[in-house]
Amino acid sequence: MLTLEGVVVRQAGWELRADLSVEAGERVAVMGPSGAGKSTLLAAIGGFAALAAGRILWAGARIDGLVPAARPVATIFQDNNLFPHLTAFDNVGLGLAPNRRLRPPERDRVAEMLARVGLEGFEERKPGALSGGQQSRVALARAVLQERPVILLDEPFAALGPALKAEMVGLVRDLAGAAGRTVLMVTHDPGDARALEGRTIPVIAGRAEPPVETAALLSDPPPALAAYLGQVEARGGSDYLQPRPGQERT
Amino acid sequence: MAHRPRPLTLAGIGAATLVAVLVLGSIAAILTRAEGWGGLRPSDWGAVRFTLWQAALSALLSIALGVPVARALARRRFPGRGLLVTLLGAPFILPVIVAILGLVMVFGRSGWINAALGSLGLPPVSIYGAHGVVLAHVFFNLPLATRLILQGWQEIPAERFRLAANLGLSRGRVFRLIEWPMLRAVLPGAGLVIFLICTTSFAVALALGGGPRATTIELAIYQAFRFDFDLGRAAMLALLQLAVTCAAGLVALRATVPEAAGAGRDRPVRRWDGGAPWGDAAWIGAAALFLLLPLAALAARGAGAVPGLPAAVWAAAGRSVGVALVSALLCVALGMAIAVAAARLGGGRARGVELMGMLGLAASPLVLGTGLFIVTYPVMRPQDAALPVTALVNAAMALPFALRALVPAVARVEGDYGRLADALGLTGWARLRRLVLPRVRRPLGFAAGLAAALSMGDLGVIALFADAEGATLPLQLYRLMAAYRMGDAAGAAILLLGLSLAAFWAFDRGGRVDADA
Repeated sequence: MLTLEGVVVRQAGWELRADLSVEAGERVAVMGPSGAGKSTLLAAIGGFAALAAGRILWAGARIDGLVPAARPVATIFQDNNLFPHLTAFDNVGLGLAPNRRLRPPERDRVAEMLARVGLEGFEERKPGALSGGQQSRVALARAVLQERPVILLDEPFAALGPALKAEMVGLVRDLAGAAGRTVLMVTHDPGDARALEGRTIPVIAGRAEPPVETAALLSDPPPALAAYLGQVEARGGSDYLQPRPGQERT
Repeated sequence: MAHRPRPLTLAGIGAATLVAVLVLGSIAAILTRAEGWGGLRPSDWGAVRFTLWQAALSALLSIALGVPVARALARRRFPGRGLLVTLLGAPFILPVIVAILGLVMVFGRSGWINAALGSLGLPPVSIYGAHGVVLAHVFFNLPLATRLILQGWQEIPAERFRLAANLGLSRGRVFRLIEWPMLRAVLPGAGLVIFLICTTSFAVALALGGGPRATTIELAIYQAFRFDFDLGRAAMLALLQLAVTCAAGLVALRATVPEAAGAGRDRPVRRWDGGAPWGDAAWIGAAALFLLLPLAALAARGAGAVPGLPAAVWAAAGRSVGVALVSALLCVALGMAIAVAAARLGGGRARGVELMGMLGLAASPLVLGTGLFIVTYPVMRPQDAALPVTALVNAAMALPFALRALVPAVARVEGDYGRLADALGLTGWARLRRLVLPRVRRPLGFAAGLAAALSMGDLGVIALFADAEGATLPLQLYRLMAAYRMGDAAGAAILLLGLSLAAFWAFDRGGRVDADA
């Protein structure tokens, strides 16, 4: 179980508070308006934002003092998930052995994982020669191969088209489900949240609430989330509500 | 995050400390030998006056000529313009002694100008003396001035000229409203940079100056060593040189100094107020002729002489290649270590580490050479120390330019990919090898090329240490010139020029080939 107890993250005149827990193996969406603190929540768990107060535990052990690489967490960021000078194979290989050469059995596992995300034959391509969807698949393959029980996704598919995005969320659900990983995925799209087939953490005005069933949350949202969702629906449905600079912390 | 183990940061701090020890240690060594103002001769104060005077005059002339040339380049478009703007950057890696020989072949006693004057029955001109020193400095710094001023012109938004054309402003009004404010901002900085460069002039003064009326402080240091072996006086002169450099440097720091080694952008501004193109064409033509003629003269005389060069020249060339390679490797190793440490430390401590690496700017090569001579000569023969000391000093001198290229590049890599590398646990040597080095290949290659070319062409500290058998190619070339063996000298100059350009090209190209955007 992933537990956040009385967590406070302070950033220049603004703070995020979180008190919640997520079951091991659960797939949870993280939803809320731009600037509410979704990315900060993931940064706190991943080790990229220091806590002002509180504790973070995984399976009963504190992890909030650890460096990012020592946490049981693999993160897929919004962008810059791949090193542009390395091939798809080498990028995925970093998930198994960041600081040494791959051994033959490890090379087999990398090739197998690339095949599972549908990239057989693309091993020697560099990110510049892959489409946006293919790049996301490489990042996902690496995150799954990292063998860390928790996978955090910070809107990595926001730049993809609707059909491609739905496909990627499905792939996350299936791969992570098969590997028994716990998933937290930030999204603006109620469709993504539904597709994860689990619960959703609403993040509103600097507070991350405990997760609730996604279907129930979306059919009867609290007022602030309703306003946000209404705004999304009014714009014509699903996604493309990208955070804009200057719109932060609203 | 706070808990990362930091061997690479320590390496960077170590590199910066090494540079600081080299520079400050040299100065400390000089202080131990300095015996007070009494040891100085009247001619030494003359050297101080000449240094300041010729630097000021060279800066003024370079700026005064640079303004019309830059204006012509800014408002005209013609075939070959891009190449010409690129060539304006070349003097930076052109060995000084090569250019001097080219100037001698055009302006010297039996040069092209005197041949022309003689055929008209006019008296000959001489290139030796104070005006020769200034001529050579203008040759080197007119291109720099032109590039800096051209950059200023190109940073004026094109819309302003469009607006001026729309309003029908006269050329005088355009100058007063648009161009003069830019010049007022750019010229003092450009002039100070050139002044600073000219105050540390050694090779030009050695080859063209000398005597009571054309000796710079750097040359006086050399003469105190070579002719009098008066270490006390050399140390006092080194302190004077240090004072001049630091004073000029502090003034330059306060003025906004433009980027000297940056790649100039090449974007001609559309202008409607050009008028007749003859004036601009004349300025561009004259400048191009002044810059290219010496090199053409050198090529005409020297290209055929290369195969027949004496063995001593080839041996010197081999030593120069070795020194240049060692110096380039040392320079980029120090530069990378400091850049990585600066990216990790961040803030004021990063600035401190970077500034320590830049300390080479404060001391001139001969000042460092004097200090290192005082340190090494009790324990080893100067000629044995010559090549290592030269490589070390050259690396320290090129380091500020390397840092200019590497520090922002490494900071960008860490900004873009540091979080991902942290998340993956990519640390230490593996992080350097798999992430940072591949992503900074271009600036790394550029820095190594620059360091190699600067070292290859350097005629400075080697002159203090080397004997006849241990010379580098620039020193060998100077000796051939001094012996009036002009054919061999021209051949050696072509060889040196080729080696410098090849060294720059090879490293710079190595950084570009197969580099991912």
